[in-house]
Amino acid sequence: MIWQQLESLAGSYPLAMRGLGMTVVLSLIALVFGTLIGFGLGILRIGGSRVLSTVIGAWVDLIRGTPFLVQIFLIFFILPELGIKLDAFTAGIIALTNLNACFICEIVVAGIQSVPKGQVEAALASGLSKWQRMRQVVLPQAMRVVLPPLVGQYVLLIKDSSVVSAIGLTDLTRVGWLVVQRVPNGLLVFFLVGVGYFVVCYPLILLARRLEKRMSAAHGEVQL
Amino acid sequence: MLENFSFRTIGEYLPLFGQGLVTTVWLSVISFAGALLVGILLCAMNLQRSRALRVPAKAYIDVVRATPLLVQLYFLYFGLPRLGIILPELVVGVLALSLNSGAYVAEIIRAGILSIPRGQVEASVASGMSYLQRMRLVILPQAFKVTIPPLLGQAIVMVKDSALLSLISVAELTRAGQLLASDRFMPAEGFITVAAFYLMLYYCLKGLAVLSGRWLGLGPARSRA
Repeated sequence: MIWQQLESLAGSYPLAMRGLGMTVVLSLIALVFGTLIGFGLGILRIGGSRVLSTVIGAWVDLIRGTPFLVQIFLIFFILPELGIKLDAFTAGIIALTNLNACFICEIVVAGIQSVPKGQVEAALASGLSKWQRMRQVVLPQAMRVVLPPLVGQYVLLIKDSSVVSAIGLTDLTRVGWLVVQRVPNGLLVFFLVGVGYFVVCYPLILLARRLEKRMSAAHGEVQL
Repeated sequence: MLENFSFRTIGEYLPLFGQGLVTTVWLSVISFAGALLVGILLCAMNLQRSRALRVPAKAYIDVVRATPLLVQLYFLYFGLPRLGIILPELVVGVLALSLNSGAYVAEIIRAGILSIPRGQVEASVASGMSYLQRMRLVILPQAFKVTIPPLLGQAIVMVKDSALLSLISVAELTRAGQLLASDRFMPAEGFITVAAFYLMLYYCLKGLAVLSGRWLGLGPARSRA
């Protein structure tokens, strides 16, 4: 019987590859755009006008305070009511990018705030413009604090991408769900799905840990 | 546009949302208690010298952290019946949340214990305390303080994660929104209301985290530097 199931699972191989492809594509697009937008939001949150800063802060809080599943449903079902037509793929991309951007915004803010005030004052005294100050003095130093949690956020992003299966996108998790309807061995099927995520996420987790150790060592903090 | 946004329908469904909210709250409380148990156990194993205890705990934590909660949930939901264990969806959900959050709780507690300055340990060794005395009288009371705010942060994450239980048809808050969306074709009313309730829970827990930080005399736990 297990042999039959394995045969049946082997038949699902192309589907599984498509699912893995979907998970990777979704995560990559959301990673690139989420990072860009997140950095933009973070910089504006600190250096922008008061109104802009408040608006960004409120939006980030809104996103951090609600489950991702609910956000996906809201985007997928409500944007069409506002006259914006979109398919599940676009809805998934928008939701994931937005979530990622908001979390990265917080990481960037913490990074910028970690740069000693004297650095900014020195840059100010050297006659650097606001933009120069940010780009040449603050951001390079902030990166030390930003980088480890940023990699950690990418792990969260890949894991969160599994939730888009709820609106019918055929990602890796959805493939598991489809296969388990035919091959009634949930342990085996979702073990394999888990392996798929693990091989992508685990190296990133290790990288984040290494970065953290290196960065805090460079910072002169003693780790006990 | 949303000009037909119907507050009346939301009003009609309010008892359903209320029930969902109550379910979300108490299943979160139980799951968090479970997560604390799992976390304390894992952390205790992780801090032992014996490799036979440390390695499984580390492996468990890594596997949980490197796979999505939804996959873990489906693993239990579709997998347990295979082992002849038939449980109600709600129990499967609580189990999944506890086992998942437990891995994160273990790391939080470990970080708390490791944050105790080495001198404290050395001083208690020099005072002739046994391992258990050291843990109970010196290390844990101090570690407890540092772990409260991040534990509340994990509680926030867990309450939001509990929305995934709606996908295995547990009648919690998100499920109430889904019902309104599918029965009346009113996804906007359903999910905006659900989001509002989650925000309420979020601000309560966040407020608690800030307050606890203040009570315990910790600075705002945001920036390390």
